[in-house]
Amino acid sequence: MMETTDLIPIQIVCKYYNIPVAFIYRLQEFELIELTVLKRDFFIHKKELRKVERIVRLHYDLDINFEGIDAINNLLEQVNALKQEIITLHNRLRLYEDI
Amino acid sequence: MSFIDYYKVLGLSKSASENDIKKAYRKLARKYHPDLNPNDTLAEKKFKEINEAHEVLSNPENRKKYDQYGEHWRHAEEIEKEQQRSHYQKRYQGEDRSYTETDFSDFFEHMFGGRATGGRGRQVKYRGQDFNAKLQLNLKDVYTTHKRTLTVNNKNIRITIPAGVENGQIIKIKGHGGQGINGGPNGDLYIEFSIINNTKFKRDKDNLYVTVDLDLYLALLGGSLMVDTFSGKVKLNIKPETQNGAKVKLSGKGFPKYKKEGHYGDLIITYQIKLPTNLSSREKDLIKELQTLRS
Repeated sequence: MMETTDLIPIQIVCKYYNIPVAFIYRLQEFELIELTVLKRDFFIHKKELRKVERIVRLHYDLDINFEGIDAINNLLEQVNALKQEIITLHNRLRLYEDI
Repeated sequence: MSFIDYYKVLGLSKSASENDIKKAYRKLARKYHPDLNPNDTLAEKKFKEINEAHEVLSNPENRKKYDQYGEHWRHAEEIEKEQQRSHYQKRYQGEDRSYTETDFSDFFEHMFGGRATGGRGRQVKYRGQDFNAKLQLNLKDVYTTHKRTLTVNNKNIRITIPAGVENGQIIKIKGHGGQGINGGPNGDLYIEFSIINNTKFKRDKDNLYVTVDLDLYLALLGGSLMVDTFSGKVKLNIKPETQNGAKVKLSGKGFPKYKKEGHYGDLIITYQIKLPTNLSSREKDLIKELQTLRS
């Protein structure tokens, strides 16, 4: 069950990162982040903050639009999965080395 | 302190326009941005250079100063005098990227006494930069949970290394990365383990593998044998007529399972039968006799 203490009102997040509230809604539209609605107020889980921060950097610093960020997220997930697989395979290969 | 040619960093000539600088920065930043190159220290270093070059060249006053004194950077006194008169001394404001002032080169610090203003002029709180470190350990070290003191950026950090960590595994130490910007939280420290195996055991996750030499007669007739495991010796019963390459599994004698205290993988032993050499004539005769019996 989600702890409500882990939820931060989106207005606070926007003030903290100095971004418009509409930006957060757009992120939700693109399914880049998840928002929680409680009594008609929108909240963001603290676990999502790192993701928001990264998106803010990509969008504002590098002028990457939401479609691009979505594509980057997918590719980074693939890269991470492949890196993990390489580590696993490398460790397994060590079994057969020096025989 | 080495001279950094910011124009070269951005692949520009001195006559580059503000728009050229912006375009070059955007292009290179997209290539080397740490968010797009996670755990890539080379890309991170390159990005810092690009960012620093952009900070200086995108600000007309900083650029003018750089153009004027850049080639004479070794004359520190003159630069410092200039620095004292400069409006830029120790100005830290309006920065919106998550890189601390320590990410800037000595050259930058000497020239401008800190980070320049720029970007969108927003006072944004950002997490500090994440740090990456590699820790080399022996396989024996990670057989037990233990504490270790690391020095990262001149700070000592005492961490607990859980038994069973794997080669290439990365753990996160929260809050031990770079300092946050404008009051933002600190970044995290990511430690990658590099495990050196200098034992006779091979490891696959939490299972261990070892090959044990078996005397021919012990293999034929059976008996008992003392065998090394990772945690000490055990006595094994060898079945009569054990074949070469036969395997036995010792449950719970493998490597500790990561973050599962008291749980261990298995030790898989492969028997390798050693044939006797330098046979005496008596031995040869007896073996021939055996051969006759079997045929």
